Amino acid sequence: MATPTLDKADKAPEPEAGFADSPYITATFRIRRFNPEVSDEAQWQDFQIEIDPKERVLDALHKIKWNQDGTLTFRRSCAHGICGSDAMRINGKNRLACKTLIKDLSPEKPITIEAIKGLTVLKDLVVDMDPFFQAYRDVMPFLITKGNEPTRERLQSPEDRERFDDTTKCILCAACTSSCPVFWNDGQYFGPAAIVNAHRFIFDSRDEGGEQRLEILNDRDGVWRCRTTFNCTDACPRGIEVTKAIQEVKRALITRRF
Amino acid sequence: MQIHKYDTVIVGAGGAGMRAAIESTKRSRTAVLTKLYPTRSHTGAAQGGMAAALANVEEDNWEWHTFDTIKGGDYLVDQDAAEILAKEAIDAVLDLEKMGLPFGRTPEGRIDQRRFGGHSRNHGEAPVRRACYSGDRTGHMILQTLYQNCVKEGVEFFNEFYVLDQLVVEVDGVKKSAGVVAYELATGEIHVFQAKSVIYASGGTGKFFKVTSNAHTLTGDGQAACYRRGLPLEDMEFFQFHPTGIWRMGILLTEGARGEGGILRNKDGERFMEKYAPVMKDLASRDVVSRSIYTEIREGRGCGPEGDHVYLDLTHLPPEQLDAKLPDITEFARTYLGIEPYTDPIPIQPTAHYAMGGIPTNVEGEVLADNTTVVPGLYAAGEVACVSVHGANRLGTNSLLDINVFGRRAGIAAAEYAEKSDFVELPENPAQLVVDQVERLRDSTGTERVATIRQELQECMDANVMVFRTEQTIKTAVDKIAELRKRYLDVSVQDKGKRFNTDLLEAIELGNLLDLAEVMATSALARKESRGGHYREDYPNRDDVNFMRHTMAYREVAEDGTESIRLDYKPVVQTRYQPMERKY
Repeated sequence: MATPTLDKADKAPEPEAGFADSPYITATFRIRRFNPEVSDEAQWQDFQIEIDPKERVLDALHKIKWNQDGTLTFRRSCAHGICGSDAMRINGKNRLACKTLIKDLSPEKPITIEAIKGLTVLKDLVVDMDPFFQAYRDVMPFLITKGNEPTRERLQSPEDRERFDDTTKCILCAACTSSCPVFWNDGQYFGPAAIVNAHRFIFDSRDEGGEQRLEILNDRDGVWRCRTTFNCTDACPRGIEVTKAIQEVKRALITRRF
Repeated sequence: MQIHKYDTVIVGAGGAGMRAAIESTKRSRTAVLTKLYPTRSHTGAAQGGMAAALANVEEDNWEWHTFDTIKGGDYLVDQDAAEILAKEAIDAVLDLEKMGLPFGRTPEGRIDQRRFGGHSRNHGEAPVRRACYSGDRTGHMILQTLYQNCVKEGVEFFNEFYVLDQLVVEVDGVKKSAGVVAYELATGEIHVFQAKSVIYASGGTGKFFKVTSNAHTLTGDGQAACYRRGLPLEDMEFFQFHPTGIWRMGILLTEGARGEGGILRNKDGERFMEKYAPVMKDLASRDVVSRSIYTEIREGRGCGPEGDHVYLDLTHLPPEQLDAKLPDITEFARTYLGIEPYTDPIPIQPTAHYAMGGIPTNVEGEVLADNTTVVPGLYAAGEVACVSVHGANRLGTNSLLDINVFGRRAGIAAAEYAEKSDFVELPENPAQLVVDQVERLRDSTGTERVATIRQELQECMDANVMVFRTEQTIKTAVDKIAELRKRYLDVSVQDKGKRFNTDLLEAIELGNLLDLAEVMATSALARKESRGGHYREDYPNRDDVNFMRHTMAYREVAEDGTESIRLDYKPVVQTRYQPMERKY
């Protein structure tokens, strides 16, 4: 076990800067509301709240729901960027509400919040996730192997393990897919998230289903629809290089098959 | 109202639920009901690892693991169950690898292992590398891998279905499970699922605390559904406070950070754990470390202007090691605190993390109606259950293990039971309780607000039944919870609609939290000793003569409708380990 380095420890206890006097500010949240039980039309509604700018957008949504308007509806669970429930369009960009701090959004101006695009809005910020998960299931997102299973674990070198590490980080939040202009125009396109999850297995040295998956992605609604706009990479809250992963799948299709 | 018929119904789609589903779907017609989507479950937030004595990197064996688990649980662990946990751990890890889980690897390509709190070589000699991991996102990888395999097996999910009632029918004097009643979030419709067997795998109840690592959705729905139908809850006073939550937010920073060499320091920069646990130091069990942190804070050695936290120091570790082994938690520090862990220590405080107690089961996952009688057709696994492999304090990495070992066992047992059994006839108006509950809340014009009561509950629990407890603080909590339960009857919601009415569901969840908080505080008041996660300042020692036994709490309803809690006790199963003083 490592031993303490005392010189560092001695000067350490000062990093309170992040939490020094945290003055509350008044921020306006402009939220796109939609409830077909009430009206067929969506409309923008403004809410003003007092909030510490170091809090999350999710905290702001909770303050509104809990103290002002209980009908405001959104999905959330873990509140720290792991479960993927609360992808939404914040100031025009896809982000997770629980990973976006108010201070990073120019809160002196109204902060706009709307549902992610390309999936049917069901109520306020809640969209129909079924097409998204269907595309995921279509790429066979599971390890495919042949022959008998070994008694112990399959061996995999650290380098081979590292090869697909980036795409294992995906939390299926749909921020990438719903930021993709191709997906907005054509919901049949698999979308970046499904391709990321295919990549995770295609480049796993243990997997033997690569050909099947590449065949699926070679489809007219597959990887070739990607126009390399990098929206997906910008949107990914896990920092996955989504566009690069899609390019790698394209390259695999070319080098393996043609 | 719709009625569905399945052989097996699983409530919850986290690690335990999906591990069970992979087994039961092969053997019986199975439906999995989850109030989220499967990949949103909180298993995904687990970070550090899953224990198994693979001995891939140094000498280890399952017997040492069994001992550590029993000692970690302060001897309240049922030793037969702990032995199963440690033995089956090895296959549980290998099964996950074969399902595709991308474990970290040794240079030889085997599954790598790291140190973790309370896991030791040869009965406490020194820390051992037993935790199999995947960076600091082991839970994420388990959740994804299990979901991937559910897709492969064609498991049938009902997403965003909230199970609100457990149907228990008495047949010839025996309580049997007939199915569950669920509320569909998208439509507000109520569904009855008649099933030969039901498995609860719905997770913990951490949301009755304010500073917690738990998701907003961890509201003890499964525990509450069973408890309200007269089934007992075991050892609810035992709740784990994880030492390293992000200060004030409670977000988990894995114990793996200390396994990689991270050190806890007070305001003087002192490595204070050397005082409290000379051998295991920062890797002592979680209850010990959390108490040590609060002792430092109480004695004026806490950090910051208010002296209310300590530091997790990673600054002496090479940045490459942090990037490779702890990428997520270092990012949390940057995102939520604006702190660079390469150069600055991270402010932390203990955070409410894990319920050791829950629905009592035997080692096959069968739910108990009392100390010995099983409820035919009813199963539970994972955090919702109490087997009890965690006793008074769970060891880190044993929960990811628990969900895999006992999720699998419950899945097999439930499906096999369904195969040889008939449906139990549904009671008349099976959905009545849920219909009444939903209508009462939707129609209520009361003046109490859900958010207010919830906040008061959380503040009361943090102040009175957290790491340190006394008769007085627990009584304060009991009284406050009683007041809140009364006020809850006057709660109303603003959203009166049917579609995605999360306002209504939050009100129902609060009702569950209040019921379970009451059980927890009542059980804690009666346990006049200190053991594991339950520390009574007025009874600072473990008392094996009077309290080497599990608490069993039952809801009683008098003829005039008044509710009360009856406490009973169940013996601890001891096999080869005699209780000893617990030192790290």
